[in-house]
Amino acid sequence: MNKISNQRAWWLVVPVVVLVAFNALIPLMTVVNYSVQETFGNNLFFWHGVGWFEQVLTSERFHASLFRQLAFTGMILIIEVPLGIAVALCMPRKGPWVSVCLVLMALPLLIPWNVVGAMWNIFALPDIGLLGRMINGLGIDYNFTQQPVAAWSTTVLMDVWHWTSLVVLLTYAGLCSIPDAYYQAARIDGASSWSVFRFIQLPKLKRVLTIAVLLRFMDSFMIYTEPFVLTGGGPGNTTTFLSIDLVKIALGQFDLGPAAAMSLIYFLVVLLVCWVFYTAMMRNEEQ
Amino acid sequence: MARIELKNIRHSYPAAKGEDQVWALEEVNQVWEDGGAYALLGPSGCGKTTLLNIISGLLTPTEGSVLFDDKNMTQVATIDRHIAQVFQFPVVYDTMTVYQNLAFPLRNRGMNHSDIEPRVKEIAEMLDLTESLYNRAAGLTADGKQKISLGRGLVRPDVNVIMFDEPLTVIDPHLKWQLRSKLKQLHQQVGTTMIYVTHDQTEALTFAETVVVMYEGRVVQVGTPVELFEEPKHTFVGHFIGSPGMNLLPCENVDRKAHCLGSALGIAEKNETQSEQFQVGVRPEFVYFDEVGIPVNLNKVDDLGRYKVAEVETHGHVIKMIVDEGEDIPGENPRICFDLDHTRLYRDGWMVETEEVMP
Repeated sequence: MNKISNQRAWWLVVPVVVLVAFNALIPLMTVVNYSVQETFGNNLFFWHGVGWFEQVLTSERFHASLFRQLAFTGMILIIEVPLGIAVALCMPRKGPWVSVCLVLMALPLLIPWNVVGAMWNIFALPDIGLLGRMINGLGIDYNFTQQPVAAWSTTVLMDVWHWTSLVVLLTYAGLCSIPDAYYQAARIDGASSWSVFRFIQLPKLKRVLTIAVLLRFMDSFMIYTEPFVLTGGGPGNTTTFLSIDLVKIALGQFDLGPAAAMSLIYFLVVLLVCWVFYTAMMRNEEQ
Repeated sequence: MARIELKNIRHSYPAAKGEDQVWALEEVNQVWEDGGAYALLGPSGCGKTTLLNIISGLLTPTEGSVLFDDKNMTQVATIDRHIAQVFQFPVVYDTMTVYQNLAFPLRNRGMNHSDIEPRVKEIAEMLDLTESLYNRAAGLTADGKQKISLGRGLVRPDVNVIMFDEPLTVIDPHLKWQLRSKLKQLHQQVGTTMIYVTHDQTEALTFAETVVVMYEGRVVQVGTPVELFEEPKHTFVGHFIGSPGMNLLPCENVDRKAHCLGSALGIAEKNETQSEQFQVGVRPEFVYFDEVGIPVNLNKVDDLGRYKVAEVETHGHVIKMIVDEGEDIPGENPRICFDLDHTRLYRDGWMVETEEVMP
């Protein structure tokens, strides 16, 4: 039988190609384009090779903000994941309080980022804010607009307040899906509550926790609005995280080339960490 | 090892608002002798699992008491009752190896490492798990996991009773047979009391020496498989056990004789009462074609290989009968008779004693 060559079906794919092109490919390639060129205005561009990448990778400023970013993300993961699990374990499994707890937990997630930033800014102001006044009232000298440690702890606290709920809700859903038989078997086997957590709950939560850690990693690694509104990256540069620094370079200094190169490196770091983490978790699963 | 007695056990789960209290267990009195192999048979929702959970202490009964060797255990915690339970879906500790799974209940009870090892190996040998002893438990098939569940009960030397809650639900059909005979063999080997909950009559009748049949929160009959077959104490037992189940026909009491389908049967209730409405129950195995019987219409015949199931109809009632292979089915004007030795009378669902009378 002769095959009839007919390639017209490709037209059916065009809408998808256009869509993907406009929402991902073209913007991304613009950035790639900027990252290898130099411009002196007038829309004139000159080839610059990997120069910008070299500059960013060797710049101390980039190292500092990357380090701050890693420290921040590490800190909030170390606090939010165990705290989220602990809160989820304490939540009731049935009864009228379930919906109350769930709504209370979901509430912070519904507040827009910039509102969270503004809220905490006012809340923590040392002279008029409730939190700031209270801490100072306790005799601790606290002013997040001037002290790096205070700025850091306020930012971390704000993120914990805003996002622990996500870990709680995911963990709670995971806990609810564990069949009763496991708990009954554990009682029959005489397991302590620590053993129940260690050998039943934690293993069964592994998948949701993987998702929770990934989401929290990505979100916090790209955090911008909240610290920007709260501290504006200060005092000095102490809370200038990667995305704040990036915006400063791209829009403040209008250095398109270095900013584009930095964006790509930033993107690759996120991708790489997620991939490594996910692969490690899943490989563990297969064994 | 202990004899377990349930005394006047009643249980109801908390009712939803505005609803009447529903008794999941109406009233149960039951003795489980030490070392017996029991099956607890009944349809879904009849209270089997509730009863098991009351024995194991996962539930406290609303009323009544649980006695282990005459000692009241109603309020005693699960761990101190020394019972083991195998659930419908296999429960294994995923992150542990098979060995660690089996050792887990012993470690929790503070047993020495040196004592645990031989015990675990012995049980693994019994359950044919020796080869996978150091593999992750999560990687085993459903029947392997179910063996681990069972093994965690068997390793403990002080277990009073092992309870199985429909343990073969998720097992492949060809492995069900293997696992069931393995259970029976284990029972003979270790001699622990075993209670096997199921809604499958084949499983119940092949595993147990004594079958406890439950229906709507009550124990309706306790007996050997033969007793359940020959003398169902309740119409439920009649039609639940047997394939096809017992024929049940309305029946009237006229002059101390049971009248059914327009003819007088040769039986009557022994202790006369005023009651006039009965049901007659006769198993398909004990209905036969006879020239002097009740005229019927033949609806259909299913050939099941070793025997045929004939469905006949008269007076608007369908009667099923089992006809042996090679036996003829009359083509014209069939008439049927009941084997009176195996024909029972039921009043309000419960069997009454009968005697033969001249029709």
